Amino acid sequence: MPFVRNLPYLCIFLCMLSAILLSLGPKAKFAYWTAVCVSAVCAAASLLFLVHIAKSDTAFAFTMGKFPAPFGNEIKGGPLQGLFATVFSLVMCLCLLGGKTELFEDVDEKKMGLACVMLCMVLASLLVLSYTNDIFTGYVFVEIGTVAACALVMLKDSGPTLAATVRYLFLSLLGSGMFLFGVVLLYALTGHLLMPQLTAAVAALAGDSAQRPLLALSLGLMTAGLGVKSAMFPFHRWLPDAHSSATTTSSAVLSGLVVKGYAVLLVLLYVRVFTLDTVRSLRVNDAVFILGFAGMILGSVRAIYETHIKRMLAWSTVAQLGYVFMGFGLGTAEGVAAACFQILIHAFAKPLLFVSAGRLSAVSGHEKQLSALRGSAWRAPLAGLGFGVGALSMVGIPLFGGFAAKTGLGLGALDGGMKVAAALGGLALSSVLNALYYLPALINLWSERPAEAARPARDRCCTLSVLLLAAGVLALGLCFKPVMDLIVRGLELL
Amino acid sequence: MLSLLVENRYAVTASVLFAVGFLHVLLHPDLIKKVLAFNIMDSSVFLLLASRGMIAARTAAILTDGGADPSRYVNPIPAGLVLTGIVVSVSVSAFSLALIQRLYGAYGTTDMRKILEEMKKRGE
Repeated sequence: MPFVRNLPYLCIFLCMLSAILLSLGPKAKFAYWTAVCVSAVCAAASLLFLVHIAKSDTAFAFTMGKFPAPFGNEIKGGPLQGLFATVFSLVMCLCLLGGKTELFEDVDEKKMGLACVMLCMVLASLLVLSYTNDIFTGYVFVEIGTVAACALVMLKDSGPTLAATVRYLFLSLLGSGMFLFGVVLLYALTGHLLMPQLTAAVAALAGDSAQRPLLALSLGLMTAGLGVKSAMFPFHRWLPDAHSSATTTSSAVLSGLVVKGYAVLLVLLYVRVFTLDTVRSLRVNDAVFILGFAGMILGSVRAIYETHIKRMLAWSTVAQLGYVFMGFGLGTAEGVAAACFQILIHAFAKPLLFVSAGRLSAVSGHEKQLSALRGSAWRAPLAGLGFGVGALSMVGIPLFGGFAAKTGLGLGALDGGMKVAAALGGLALSSVLNALYYLPALINLWSERPAEAARPARDRCCTLSVLLLAAGVLALGLCFKPVMDLIVRGLELL
Repeated sequence: MLSLLVENRYAVTASVLFAVGFLHVLLHPDLIKKVLAFNIMDSSVFLLLASRGMIAARTAAILTDGGADPSRYVNPIPAGLVLTGIVVSVSVSAFSLALIQRLYGAYGTTDMRKILEEMKKRGE
């Protein structure tokens, strides 16, 4: 086995090891830069792995401690997992850089080490959820991700963030409960936890009409459980409070990455364990389609009414996750591939928006209301441009990544039978709704050039982060075809 | 019907307990009770798992007198899963209790409705 195939495991190990070491209480600066370096190293290693695995065009199972299949724990590496891991680690690094100033203002200096522990654990959980080949390991890391994400919400230690955290925590616990119940039910039905064995057992059970309701119940519980955690309608109520009250880095990580980890696990369940044919025949995807559709419209409608810039972005996350679930709900390989693309593009675009919004608000006296941010883009032009790139991508202007995601979803919906009209109409309506709040916000930011005032202090880390995130959005929009081919191939090899 | 219920008594009990816990986590305004309900919910899953893993007339998979015949023992994996689940549930409970303590310090109550009212009053 070439050394590069150890990299996924080593990345996970590095994240967890650094989390343990950071909990020893190092200096704030050291802890912060360690977290940045860890995520940068993971991004580089995952990229190396992605290049290798895409070239060799295979997927392989990596057994922990060389214990053979039914006893040991496994992770599985393939092109899709490599792609997710690369993007997740890279965006994590950029979120840390982009929110640096605010992070040091909001977090107590003594607690910075612990904050970085949580950031490393979030990254570890995201990597494991992408790579895992064992459903119970998936559950454990879902929980680790939840606790770490809750800790990220309450980094800014104030009453409202605590209240938001507690609401997020309890809804998340409901989700974990349902997911665990689903896993246990599946284990009771099949007697397996490793995904390859589960696949075979599920295929055998799917033909047995007595077992099908139980199989559907198990899949439904797992879908609902992960759905609560990734803010699927109608379980989205926790998201706007949690994502908008946190500090910039947390908002960006939560909105851009954490909710995606659970969606990635759902892809593994649908494609690898149950296979899309079984999912379609159990009709679970129809419910997911309807809920995704509802979330897509409702999230945008609520965002129109928001006057608080971060709450607007948080409601937009609900809408964008609606696209992801709609893609799953189509129940076709094209639909899931488009949903995966949407996961990637949103992982760049939403942190870009949050980081830009954080910078704009920092140069306007930490105001968060849109009316108070009028003309603020002139004070920090790059952040204004970054917000523009993110907003145009969300609306779906060609050349930006969001356009490619919507095209992919539309194309994927074309052979969906009854769902064609709903999906295409929903996409059109939701694009109009997106434009209805992103464009006024953008115009608001750039209008009324203020009289020449003292230029705010530079923030090099934030500049770098905005530039790279915007480059990611544009790159995904321009290189739509190769990335999409990689995703489709990855799904076949999943 | 009755015999079916008796036959699946563990699964039925687990489902009822799960529903009780689920509804209370979702609807009860008091945060401490939410933590209790969450524990009931998780315990119901452990009950289901443990009952599925049990086979009458077999013992736990601990080798004592050198008998390595697998037909004498039950599958140890469900017990392992229950243990893992308990660890997760204990740590999450501890985390939520610590969080509730902070919230009590900030608002002087553990009732979520009162906390939200108080937040409105303070204009947060």
